[in-house]
Amino acid sequence: MFNFILLILIYTAIFALMAIGQNLITGYVGLLSLTQAGFFAIGSYVTAILSVTYGWNFWLTVPMAALISSFFGLLIGLPTLRLKGDYLAIATLGFGEIVRNILNNWDSLTNGPMGIQRIPMISLFGIQISPYKKWGFLVLVWIFVLVAYFLFDRLAKSRLGRALEAIREDEIAASSMGINVTRYKVWAFILGAAVAGVAGSLQAEFILSVTPGAFTFMVSIMVLCMVVLGGMGNFKAVILGAFIIQFISYFPQLVGLSNVIPPQFKQILFGLILVVMMIWRPQGILGREKRSAPRRLFRSGGDV
Amino acid sequence: MMLLETTKLTRAYGGVVAVSQVDFQVREGLITGLIGPNGAGKTTLFNNMTGLDTPTSGKVYFKGADITNRSAHKICRMGIARTFQNIRLFKELSVLENVMVGLHFKTGKSSTTGRVMAAFLSYLKVVDEYELMNESAIKWLEFFQLESLKDELAKNLPYGHQRELEIARALATDPTILFLDEPAAGMNPSETDSLMKTIRRIRDLGITVVLIEHDMKLVMNICDTITVLNYGQNIAQGTPAEIRHNPKVVEAYLGKEET
Repeated sequence: MFNFILLILIYTAIFALMAIGQNLITGYVGLLSLTQAGFFAIGSYVTAILSVTYGWNFWLTVPMAALISSFFGLLIGLPTLRLKGDYLAIATLGFGEIVRNILNNWDSLTNGPMGIQRIPMISLFGIQISPYKKWGFLVLVWIFVLVAYFLFDRLAKSRLGRALEAIREDEIAASSMGINVTRYKVWAFILGAAVAGVAGSLQAEFILSVTPGAFTFMVSIMVLCMVVLGGMGNFKAVILGAFIIQFISYFPQLVGLSNVIPPQFKQILFGLILVVMMIWRPQGILGREKRSAPRRLFRSGGDV
Repeated sequence: MMLLETTKLTRAYGGVVAVSQVDFQVREGLITGLIGPNGAGKTTLFNNMTGLDTPTSGKVYFKGADITNRSAHKICRMGIARTFQNIRLFKELSVLENVMVGLHFKTGKSSTTGRVMAAFLSYLKVVDEYELMNESAIKWLEFFQLESLKDELAKNLPYGHQRELEIARALATDPTILFLDEPAAGMNPSETDSLMKTIRRIRDLGITVVLIEHDMKLVMNICDTITVLNYGQNIAQGTPAEIRHNPKVVEAYLGKEET
C-alpha cells in the first residue's frame, strides 16, 4: 500500500514534467497541441537505445533525449504551427501516432512491438538508483520536476512569457508589436518537447524497458487533462493536476478494487472531469497565476 | 523624400479589387488623414503598409527602403506602429503589461535564444530589466492618465480607455509613424475632443500620425493633409479646405446631383 503511494508519486513526477511542457504550449501560447505522447516516446527510446545498444551512461542520454525530442519539436512545429485550434490538435495528434507506428515497425532500431528490455539502472557517484527501491527514484524524479518547474516558471514570468501570452490573446496585435509570432511559437514547442523527452528518459529508467504500447494517444490526453484540471497558465497547478489524475488512475488498485472496477473506468472519469471543469471552473482548480514583478535570489549591486 | 509612400499599390481578393493603383504619401511631422466611404479600401491600405497583408502589386517605401513584403513584426521594429479598427488589446493581461508588450523588442537580448537563456538564468541576473520596462511603461500610461488603472485587466477598462490604451501600447514601440484606424469610432463628442488633443500631443512628440476616420469634425480639425479613397482608388488629396470643396469628394459622399 505504502509502496503504491510511492509509485503514484513517481508517476506524478514523470507526468508533471510533461504537463509543465504542455502548460507552456497550451496555457501560455494557447495552442491546443497533442504531441506530448510522441515526445515522451522519443525520449524513452533515445535513452533505451543509447544505453542498451551503445552502452551510454544514463546521465548522457538525458540531454540527448531532450535534444532529439526538441529537434522533432522543431521539425513538426514549423509546418503545423501555422494551423489554429482544432486543426492543430488533429495535426499534432497525427504526429504522436506516426511516432508510435514507427517505433512499432522499425525492427532493426526499436525491436518492434517487443520493445527494448534490460535497460541498465541509473547510477550516481557509484550509488545505484534502483526503481525497485522506490525512495531513491522518487527523490531523483522530483529533483527533475523541481528544476523544470523553476526554469519554466521563470521563463513564463519573464518578458518572454508576456510575449507568449500576448500571442495567445491576439496574434495579429502581437505581431504588430514587433513580436515574431512564429518563432516564439516554435520555441515554446521545442521547450515543451524537450521536457517531455526528459520525462521519457525517466520513464524508461523506471520501467527498465520500453514498448511502443506505452505511448498511446491516451498519454497526450492525460497530460492535457492535468493542465486543464490544475489550471492553465500556472505551473504549480499543473503539478497538482498531475497528482490528481495519477491518483484517480491508480485508485482502483490503491483500494484493492481493481477486480471490481474495470481499467476503462479512469477514461470515463477523465471525460467526466473535463466536462465538469469546463462547466463550473474553466480556469482549473488553482487558476491562472498573475504575473508580478520578478523576485530574485540576489539583488543587483546598484548598477541600475 | 516622403517618409512613407506607396506606388501603384493594388490589392485584389480574387476578383474584388479592394485597393487599386493607389499612390499614397505621408510627409514627416504632419497629421495625414485617410477618408472615404465604407468599403473604400482604407483599412486594406493600412494593412498593406503595416505588413498584415501583402499587396497584389505595387510597392511600399519607408524612409526610402522597400518594405513591401516584410512581415508585420519587422515593420514594427523599423518604427511603424498601429492600432486597430476593432480594438485588439491583450484582454487578459493587465493595462501595464499591455504596454510592456509594446516595449518587448526594445529591451533585453536581441535573439530569441538569448531571451530564453536570459529568462532561465534570471535567478542570478543582476540587470533589472523589469524595472526598466516598468518605468517606461508607466511613462506612457501617464501620457494618457491611465497610470491609476495599471493593474486592471485590459478587458475591464471602459471603451474610451481601451482605445487610449491601444494607442499607448503602440507608442511604447517608439514609432516614427503611428497609424490609427478609426480612433474615434464609438466615442462621444467630449471623448472625441480629448482624443484630438491627444493626437496633437503625439504629433508634438515628433511622431508622424496617419489616421482613418469617419468623424469629419475631427478630420477637418486636426489633419494637415487628407487623402480620399473611393472604390479603392485615390480620388483626391490636399488640405482640409481643398478636400471640402472638391467636387469628386462631395460626389463620393453624397452622390451626383441630377441634371
